[in-house]
Amino acid sequence: MIKVVDLHKDFGDVEVLKGISNEITKGEVVCIIGPSGSGKSTFLRCLNLLEEPTSGEIIIDGISLMEHKKQIDKLRQKVGMVFQQFNLFPHMTVMDNITLAPVKVKGMPKEQAMEKAVELLRKVGLPDKDYAYPNKLSGGQKQRVAIARALAMDPEIMLFDEPTSALDPEMVGEVLNVMKQLALEGMTMVVVTHEMGFAREVGDRILFMDEGLIVEENTPEELFGNPQNPRTRSFLSKVL
Amino acid sequence: MAFIDGLFKLLSDEIYFNLIRESRYELFLKGLLISLQLTFCSALVGGVIGLFVALARLTHNKPLNYIATKYIDIIRGTPAVVQLLIIYYAVLAQTSLPRVTVASIAFGINSGAYVAELIRAGIQAVDKGQMEAARSLGLSYGRSMTYIIIPQAIKNILPAMGNEVITLWKETAIAGFIGLDDLMRGAEIVRGRTFSNYTPYIVIAIIYFYITLLLTQILGRVERRMRQSD
Repeated sequence: MIKVVDLHKDFGDVEVLKGISNEITKGEVVCIIGPSGSGKSTFLRCLNLLEEPTSGEIIIDGISLMEHKKQIDKLRQKVGMVFQQFNLFPHMTVMDNITLAPVKVKGMPKEQAMEKAVELLRKVGLPDKDYAYPNKLSGGQKQRVAIARALAMDPEIMLFDEPTSALDPEMVGEVLNVMKQLALEGMTMVVVTHEMGFAREVGDRILFMDEGLIVEENTPEELFGNPQNPRTRSFLSKVL
Repeated sequence: MAFIDGLFKLLSDEIYFNLIRESRYELFLKGLLISLQLTFCSALVGGVIGLFVALARLTHNKPLNYIATKYIDIIRGTPAVVQLLIIYYAVLAQTSLPRVTVASIAFGINSGAYVAELIRAGIQAVDKGQMEAARSLGLSYGRSMTYIIIPQAIKNILPAMGNEVITLWKETAIAGFIGLDDLMRGAEIVRGRTFSNYTPYIVIAIIYFYITLLLTQILGRVERRMRQSD
């Protein structure tokens, strides 16, 4: 579904991604772990061109992102994204946050978008928050709205950029539960995370990144239980 | 006692000659209306110009960016009176547009440069994640700006925009240079008839002051209302 070939990304003189290749298949949940500064988030952000790769190839559903930059808005509709800082639109109600893109981008009738929003809010466990403004919500609630907002576009794949890193500890669970449910429904997901428990339980495959490269990848059982690379071992010994 | 009587006489004479006789208050009133109209129209023109120039400054389009930067430099680097006279005589006097329109355009062009910088700063102050979130949902750059960035930017810059309108209100006092009978000119005309040295100016100073006070209060109210959705 997503194929990445020899992806490079420089920020000025700093080489952040040094040649990443991977393939993510439909329905797969891929968790990316690794120390900070290893390029995990940059890699994820390249997948919907929020960062423009310096070189390499990203192919989504057989369409090359690099060759179709002009149609990026169309391609982005297939790729939902959830951010560490939620990035809800503060001047809009929860309802407007969720319905904006389906109405303006897909041309969905407002009523239909609203029905869908109500359904999504129920799904993320916030059935009574449709007319609240984001600043009235807790961090965990904001992130769940952000997930609902991304789902409203019916994406084929969801990207999560450290979705629980900005949350108070007691709110991490509610967000992870929504993500787990999503995974069980068969959503293709790429998750950059520091939640090793989540990665181990929900992930189909774990990528360990360090210094701009995928150092090791394996099933969660193998990667957590029997890490091969010394860098993976050293990282896991610090976080587990 | 004689002193107080004298003062009272002076005051009532001044008021009589400068305001009441020959209905001279009408000159002030007419001037006030023109000044208000001018401020309102210039603020609109300036707002529209400012928005587009700010967007031009923020694009990566080099020629557009260059033009916008030069425009701002030139306007900020020359006196408003000079701009008004150049625009009036060199450009718009060739047309048959009414003077108020010409002055509104001129003041709008002037104000636009300052407003552009305010809007640019306001847009840049909106968190980068907002644009990323909007784009990641498939919204184009233009739609992201329209629905997400600009509404938040406006909220950021409203207080500064209010100050700009107040500045504009006082700046229109130079409209008399191109023959508009604004509030300032009203005072000049009355002074020409009554030969009072300063009374007409005190009258308009009071009017300018109270209109400014009124504008400040209106803006305060608008700001408070905007803040309610925070």
